[in-house]
Amino acid sequence: MSIRRLLIANRGEIAVRIVRACRELEIESVAVCSTIDARAPHARAADRCVTIGPPRPRESYLSIGALIDAARQTGADAVHPGYGFLSESPEMAEACVEAGLTWVGPPADVIARLGSKIEARRLMEAAGVPVVPGHTPRDQSDDGLAEAARRLGYPLLVKASAGGGGRGMRAVKDAHQLDDAVRAARREAEAAFGDGTLYVERLLTQPRHIEVQVMADHEGGVVHLFERECSVQRRHQKVVEESPAPHLSATLRARLTQAAVRAAEAAGYRNAGTVEFLVGGSDPAEDGGRGNDDPNDPDDAVVAFLEMNTRLQVEHPITEAVTGRDLVHAQLAVAGGAPLPWTQADIQTRGHAIECRLYAEQPDNGFTPDAGRLLCYREPTGPGVRVDSGVASGSTVSPHYDTLLAKLIAFADTRNTALARARVALAQLVVLGVQTNATLLSRILRHPRMVEGHVDTAFLESELDGLLVDADGDGDGEGPALALTAALALHGRVEADARLATGRGAEAGGQPDPWRTLGAWRLR
Amino acid sequence: MRVLPTSIDTASDEFRVNEAAMRQLEGELEARRAQARQGGDEAAHRRHRDRGKLSVRERLAQLLDPQTPFLELSALAAYGMYDGAAPGAGLVAGIGRVSEREVMVVANDATVKGGTYFPITVKKHLRAQQIALENRLPCVYLVDSGGAYLPMQAEVFPDREHFGRIFFNQARMSAEGIAQIAVVMGSCTAGGAYVPAMADETIIVTGTGTIFLGGPPLVKAATGETVTAEELGGADVHTRLSGVADYLADDDADALETARTVVSTLHTVKPPPLDVTSPEEPKYDPRELAGIVGTDLRRQYDVREVIARLVDDSRFDEFKARYGPTVVTGFARLHGYLVGIIANNGVLFSESALKTTHFIQLCTLRRVPLIFLQNITGFMVGRDYERGGIAKDGAKMVHAVANTVVPKFTVVLGGSFGAGNYGMCGRAYDPRLLWMWPGSRISVMGGPQAADVLVSVKRDQQARQGGTLSEADEAAIREPILRRYDDEGSPYYSTARLWDDGVIMTGETRNALALGLSAAANTPVPDPSFGIFRM
Repeated sequence: MSIRRLLIANRGEIAVRIVRACRELEIESVAVCSTIDARAPHARAADRCVTIGPPRPRESYLSIGALIDAARQTGADAVHPGYGFLSESPEMAEACVEAGLTWVGPPADVIARLGSKIEARRLMEAAGVPVVPGHTPRDQSDDGLAEAARRLGYPLLVKASAGGGGRGMRAVKDAHQLDDAVRAARREAEAAFGDGTLYVERLLTQPRHIEVQVMADHEGGVVHLFERECSVQRRHQKVVEESPAPHLSATLRARLTQAAVRAAEAAGYRNAGTVEFLVGGSDPAEDGGRGNDDPNDPDDAVVAFLEMNTRLQVEHPITEAVTGRDLVHAQLAVAGGAPLPWTQADIQTRGHAIECRLYAEQPDNGFTPDAGRLLCYREPTGPGVRVDSGVASGSTVSPHYDTLLAKLIAFADTRNTALARARVALAQLVVLGVQTNATLLSRILRHPRMVEGHVDTAFLESELDGLLVDADGDGDGEGPALALTAALALHGRVEADARLATGRGAEAGGQPDPWRTLGAWRLR
Repeated sequence: MRVLPTSIDTASDEFRVNEAAMRQLEGELEARRAQARQGGDEAAHRRHRDRGKLSVRERLAQLLDPQTPFLELSALAAYGMYDGAAPGAGLVAGIGRVSEREVMVVANDATVKGGTYFPITVKKHLRAQQIALENRLPCVYLVDSGGAYLPMQAEVFPDREHFGRIFFNQARMSAEGIAQIAVVMGSCTAGGAYVPAMADETIIVTGTGTIFLGGPPLVKAATGETVTAEELGGADVHTRLSGVADYLADDDADALETARTVVSTLHTVKPPPLDVTSPEEPKYDPRELAGIVGTDLRRQYDVREVIARLVDDSRFDEFKARYGPTVVTGFARLHGYLVGIIANNGVLFSESALKTTHFIQLCTLRRVPLIFLQNITGFMVGRDYERGGIAKDGAKMVHAVANTVVPKFTVVLGGSFGAGNYGMCGRAYDPRLLWMWPGSRISVMGGPQAADVLVSVKRDQQARQGGTLSEADEAAIREPILRRYDDEGSPYYSTARLWDDGVIMTGETRNALALGLSAAANTPVPDPSFGIFRM
């Protein structure tokens, strides 16, 4: 029963991306929006759009009732949750199924099982997937946690058992810091998830974050689509991702991908998912103080299951680039009951892809989120450049939502060329009106460790001070375009006039041609 | 150009009520279109398929360039007529793109009464040819028709705008260098035989395509000769012996591919427009149109809110904004094309008419296409206005609309009543395309007004004979008039009879206009000339 009309329970770039897939598959798309998003690109891209509530996520994008109503009202037969919001909510998945809607994702019980740190860990251990040493003490008192920590050894992490996304998580170097960390983590866990249960876990120092994309169908078929290196992170928020992971031996890659497939099979997984691993990092108690493992020595490397994300991942485009497979197409096909469109043997990687996440934030002011109106926004284009975005000139960046404006993906035959493409593309990007991390991104891409491909999860935090100043004073190559646009903007043309900016583009680039630009438009 | 401001609150109760009402009408429209698209019944489709023929929709899809639009015309022709026997009048017509050229496609649907021509089928075919002529669009006829619908021959055959006009148009367009291409994909009997015979180039499908003036039964009756359809006028006969057709095709798919090749050799090029810019989406969401206009014609709204949701970046350069404010005139871009917009914002006064005349002159001299957004009860009446010469000012406007040489497009947003219909480029004023919105109404005056007039005429008559008119008598006059106006004023009544080129949804309007503007750009604008404006 293939999908005919899909409700997209999300906003921003991911909603736009899913609408595009719908266009390609001739599935009707239904967007939802809060009142503040009524004119947002995602709301306008879809065939139709339902306003589901006020700006506060709880009353709109997080409201299961409102979303189900919207699906009913528009006659949608399926729901794609995107990522974030309700994408990993078993209640949402359940509600969809109860309403007779196809849920584009794994079944509710699978989401629930993998969403619980404890259960997921138990499941993985049983399936022979390596896990990080850790423990949820039955005794959740301060003393109970201290005892658990002592037995595990330092450094360690205290985290919310129910959580994710870095909230309710604290790193603890030694026993002196434990009490404060426990209190803070418990408070955050209660506030964010309504559940203060804590979990202590060995902190692997300087590990790499490598994850494996998997895809599974209703008939028990599971394939992996190789790995993504996501080590460039700040407070557990990914910033730059790439695929394949640099300096990864074939043996280690095989260990990771096989473990991921085992994990998916053990979970009875369906649809797209991502198995996250930490790779490398020392375990002083076990390796006798030899220091860091060489992460490229397959026998020595510590591989530890971190968690499984039961949804489409933000960074899925780099996998699409190197495998040449459209993950959203596959998600919709599989959700509609079709078997996997490919066998494992069909999936090869080619070339190298890098994704930069463009956030509206102030890097030199503690990464405070920035909000406001985008006076001018222009995306780079060119061979091997893909931009997935959810904003346009005139868009309002609201403090209510995630600050991810766009993802810039560069693809080339070699890693070096991909890096070069990403740098040039970033230089062409124009964003006026809100502050972004664009400059930081281009500096990351020029950093010697990034160039060499030797980054780990501590890289960004440790190099941040250096990355926040313009080392060579060359303005990071973003001079002329930005200056010109700024001059135009200041010249009383705050409403950025595309006609001026593109210089009568239609004459230069041929006539306007609705027969070309409208696609297969028909009277409905 | 400045961006229009908006004062629409999409969260307001009023907006939601209007939107819900309009969405309901649009849902009805969608359902009616879906039903018309089905064509004939299941059995007819099965017979059609069993002959190895593609459905008319499949034929269209294979003819047109992939992933390109199709601007279907009068999809609901004959709606509610002939006891529902002719969905879409058994004919699909529209502007599409074939081998990178805009063409007019006219395709019979043989699942509807064998593709025979009802009176409205003829009208739809002729209207498509008229559009092709005005916009210099090559015509591709996908022929699969038994000719005239014989039981209604008196309304199909003899008159000036009847069946014969189809071939007259083919000859005239051919002479004008507008290519006429026929693809014979079924029977072309009697009059139908002239469509391929009159065409510049003709393709015929082996096995299913036949062309003859008289079919086997008629031959048998007339001469006693027994002959099969294939022997009489099959693909082999016509491509090898008679020369009535030029290309032999194996099947429908092959024939359509051949038609695409023929179009690619037309050796035409579209003249570049004078001044175009990169298309931009409106700043305000066109989907809000439904909630702005609603379906209650008595409710006033600022038509600039509509303009803001049709034009590029919602920019509008308003002309004479402070004078004659019941009509809004100005320049905008639509998909990059410069257009002049004339939109009603109340009843027409002398000043409004003068301003419109002035603006039409401007656009005509500058060769800027005109878009009329019609929502008009008519011209103002009353002693002062008559003395002020509203009739001659209205006449100036009608003069300008009639004589302008630029392409005109009309969208009936709401009411289209009385002389307002004329001044705002109604059907009689030859707009290149005219569409109606689902909540619109069209009649010489509103039903209640017509009933009032008739009641007062009757009352005067009675009074002259010394009688009076009882309330029951009044109701007896009033009720049938109201019912009749209600029925005949519906956009479906209009579109069934080809008074327009289709009922379209508010959200479809911008794209439909863009495709229409693009098609119009195939024809150079001639030199302007106006008649006598009564001063």
